Amino acid sequence: MATASDSKLIKGATGDWEIVVGMEIHAQVASRSKLFSGASTGFGAEPNSQVSFVDAAMPGMLPVINEFCVAQAVRTGLGLKAQINHRSVFDRKNYFYPDLPQGYQISQFKHPIVGEGEVLVDVTPERQIRVGIERLHLEQDAGKSTHDQSPNQSFVDLNRSGVALMEIVSRPDIRSADEAKAYVGKLRTILRYLGTCDGDMEKGSLRADVNVSVRRPGEPLGTRCEIKNVNSIRFIGQAVDTEARRQIGILEDGGVIQQETRLFDPGRGETRSMRSKEEAHDYRYFPDPDLLPLEFDQAYVDALAADLPELPDAKKARFVADYGLSPYDATVLVAERDLAAFYERAVAVGEGRDPKLVANWVTGDIAAYANAVGLPVHATEITPEQVAGLVDLIVDGTISGKIAKDVLALMVGEERGAAPRDIVERHGLRQVTDTGAIEAAVDAIMAANPDKVAQVQAKPTMLGWFVGQAMKATGGKANPQAVNAVLKGKLGI
Amino acid sequence: MSDLTSLTLAEARDAVRSKRLSSRELTEAHLAAMAAARPLNAFITETPDRALAMADRADARVARGEAGPLEGLPLGIKDLYCTEGVQTTAGSRILEGFVPPYESTVSSQLWRDGAVMLGKLNLDEFAMGSSNETSYFGPAVSPWRKPGSNAGLVPGGSSGGSAAAVAARLCLAATATDTGGSIRQPAAFTGTVGIKPTYGRCSRWGVVAFASSLDQAGPITRTVRDAAIMLGSMAGHDPKDSTSVDIAVPDYEAAVGASVAGKVIGIPREYRIDGMPAEIDALWAEGIAWLKAAGARVVDIALPHTKYALPAYYIVAPAEASSNLARYDGVRYGLRVPGRDIAEMYGNTRAAGFGAEVRRRIMIGTYVLSAGYYDAYYLKAQKIRTLVRRDFETAFADGVDAILTPATPSAAFGLGEKGGDDPIAMYLNDAFTVTVNMAGLPGLSVPAGLSADKLPLGLQLIGRPFEEETLFALAEVIARSAPAIDLPSAWWSATAPAAHR
Repeated sequence: MATASDSKLIKGATGDWEIVVGMEIHAQVASRSKLFSGASTGFGAEPNSQVSFVDAAMPGMLPVINEFCVAQAVRTGLGLKAQINHRSVFDRKNYFYPDLPQGYQISQFKHPIVGEGEVLVDVTPERQIRVGIERLHLEQDAGKSTHDQSPNQSFVDLNRSGVALMEIVSRPDIRSADEAKAYVGKLRTILRYLGTCDGDMEKGSLRADVNVSVRRPGEPLGTRCEIKNVNSIRFIGQAVDTEARRQIGILEDGGVIQQETRLFDPGRGETRSMRSKEEAHDYRYFPDPDLLPLEFDQAYVDALAADLPELPDAKKARFVADYGLSPYDATVLVAERDLAAFYERAVAVGEGRDPKLVANWVTGDIAAYANAVGLPVHATEITPEQVAGLVDLIVDGTISGKIAKDVLALMVGEERGAAPRDIVERHGLRQVTDTGAIEAAVDAIMAANPDKVAQVQAKPTMLGWFVGQAMKATGGKANPQAVNAVLKGKLGI
Repeated sequence: MSDLTSLTLAEARDAVRSKRLSSRELTEAHLAAMAAARPLNAFITETPDRALAMADRADARVARGEAGPLEGLPLGIKDLYCTEGVQTTAGSRILEGFVPPYESTVSSQLWRDGAVMLGKLNLDEFAMGSSNETSYFGPAVSPWRKPGSNAGLVPGGSSGGSAAAVAARLCLAATATDTGGSIRQPAAFTGTVGIKPTYGRCSRWGVVAFASSLDQAGPITRTVRDAAIMLGSMAGHDPKDSTSVDIAVPDYEAAVGASVAGKVIGIPREYRIDGMPAEIDALWAEGIAWLKAAGARVVDIALPHTKYALPAYYIVAPAEASSNLARYDGVRYGLRVPGRDIAEMYGNTRAAGFGAEVRRRIMIGTYVLSAGYYDAYYLKAQKIRTLVRRDFETAFADGVDAILTPATPSAAFGLGEKGGDDPIAMYLNDAFTVTVNMAGLPGLSVPAGLSADKLPLGLQLIGRPFEEETLFALAEVIARSAPAIDLPSAWWSATAPAAHR
């Protein structure tokens, strides 16, 4: 477990600076209907086609809590090893904006549904940090305003109005852009494991408000600026670095940081002021009188806890312990629940398979192929059964690792869906272990190259040349170990 | 025909059900009375075509033997209830012309039970007022006048149109709403019966919100029995309102005429306020005597936080209203007054769309919720609210079944007499009624006598949560014991004959 180490400090003109980051993540709850209405949450529908009377704040309409969203929030809280509050309260956050039909957002201010927890973040496979979670609360999303369709009109789409969000607030435990990126990545993984948020940042399912401040090591926290609505992990890293450099520049010039809300412009690589502390809204929070306090008992929490899937930390530990994987491979494999499941299926089909070899293939050539076609591994045409078959062919000596790559190419090409063993048979890829055939090939090579035979006696590294020739002569199918043994015997080295 | 409009709801129900009277005849008589009563300005919107169509359908159901509990009975609906396809204004310019594509739960239950809608009744703008004078559509006028005077009187508010229409026999009964006294005060001013049931008894879904934690629907009628009949149809659990309570609706009508022997009636000394007219005190004493005569036991009780309830109410209610009325922003429906940018459009729309009293309460509410003031005002008011509720709980825990108080500190006042430069004078009208809303209890106002000026006065009964039946039983005793109060003759109508000439 690492704490703030010197390596994360930023060198300024006047000495070292430490970055301090805390984040508010808005994660859209995976649910079919909205937080307080039955309207659909489907993405990409025609504007204003998924708007109930409640979402449009028609006169006399009342919110009714979506119990599934409550369960999702509790499950997320459990996944963050957080305190679950049996009683929470919905408040109104009042402000005027055209895409906020009620004139207030229903949120949880004083009494959130989830209290303190923590996330174990893998900054690198070897270095982990703990990021404290301050709270998680449920709230409504607003609609979407568009200002670029007409010179003098704005357009409002209320499809998103009322969709459930979980706001997950971290402690200021993050000390670098890399840690910030790793934190969001890990949180996203946990949410996707739980199925409580699809984590799709491109669709806006996961958005981050990033609070950045800088200080001299060991000094109290500096004044922070909040960078609103950063919508990719890469941009989060850039925003942290950019903002930290801006603040260091101001401080080193003898200036002071103004607490304010800023926007990150990835195109220009800068943050710019959105509104100052003086311009900040007075949201006039008060308990929403349309909703009763949200109350449930421990039995409800226990039932949800019993149904939780194995989470990435536990899965990683199990992969290391049970399969003998390196922490690195285990980290890569558990990053996505589907990938981990794919891997485990490939290990478990049949019996006696080397889990490490399977991990090498899944995180190596197969991951590379999936990446090349832009799909997650489990969504490619390659099945865990095929991976198992391929690894088995290597282990039992039927093919070499090199030939296995050719088999893989066929598996995603003309032999789509075929079992690796059948592919090997149809294409005559079985490696030659028959020493007679190898001996014949070696004899022919030695006869044709007497000079090389003489040279190899003095310089045994020349053996590689003979191996290459022998492999070539057998069309790559000769078992490399067998070739080596035959060559060494005949060449007397 | 005028006799038909003088029927009680119960009498009309029985006549329609037994086919002695058709809903169409009954409805036509009321439509005629409405047409003749336009000087009272009780209705914002009249729906005669819809009424007759509903009446004909009701008659068909009666013919088929499928009569519902309110089959064919013409009612007025306070214009705070959203009615599908019929303009719903909340008495405000900002909603002028707004036609909801949905029906409030409570009104839909009335139609489910066979009732006929005559139109939408006038009210104070967004139910904010005690005289119906803040309505954008002009004040409703009380059918009552002081003898020998032509000066117009207020019918009370905010359900002034409901009270005026029921007292003037323009409808058999009306829906109303009560946030701080808006059913009970107008009922008291017009010699009618009004009940604000327990918070959560009636659904608020589809009723334009004023102050969500205080608003409750209820009826205004001419008799206690009629109020019981109406509430039976209006009440009930609604999954669309999270604050509605899932308790079975009892047979309220069965409680009317039930014995009150042995009931313990609390008399709170704190309701004897400075400057209260002697005639109110005398009326109260009479009420006590009538209930004693009926076998009830009367005890003095203390509700020590009563005097803080009104100021606290005028913090809580505006706070909620300031938020509830934020949706009237000119963006999606209702009035829009353009501006150079969105902020100016908001400002123009809300300045033009809301009247002075609504603007005042929005500003008060915004102020008391603001950073730095929240603790001193809103939070403190909520603490007072808890103490007020505890006062009642203590009395009930000590065995009190119901509490008897005056309904209002005075009889009806003249149009334009109060509230001009001094809103507090108007707010004081609610002194006896707001405590009930703050505590979420049922409260009923029943006519009990006349003032020296021959204007009606009411007594208020306050009950335990969800024990409206007790109130109906006690109110019936008062109604039967009080001297008969003849409703005013139809001075407003040149043509319609008066009922009690």
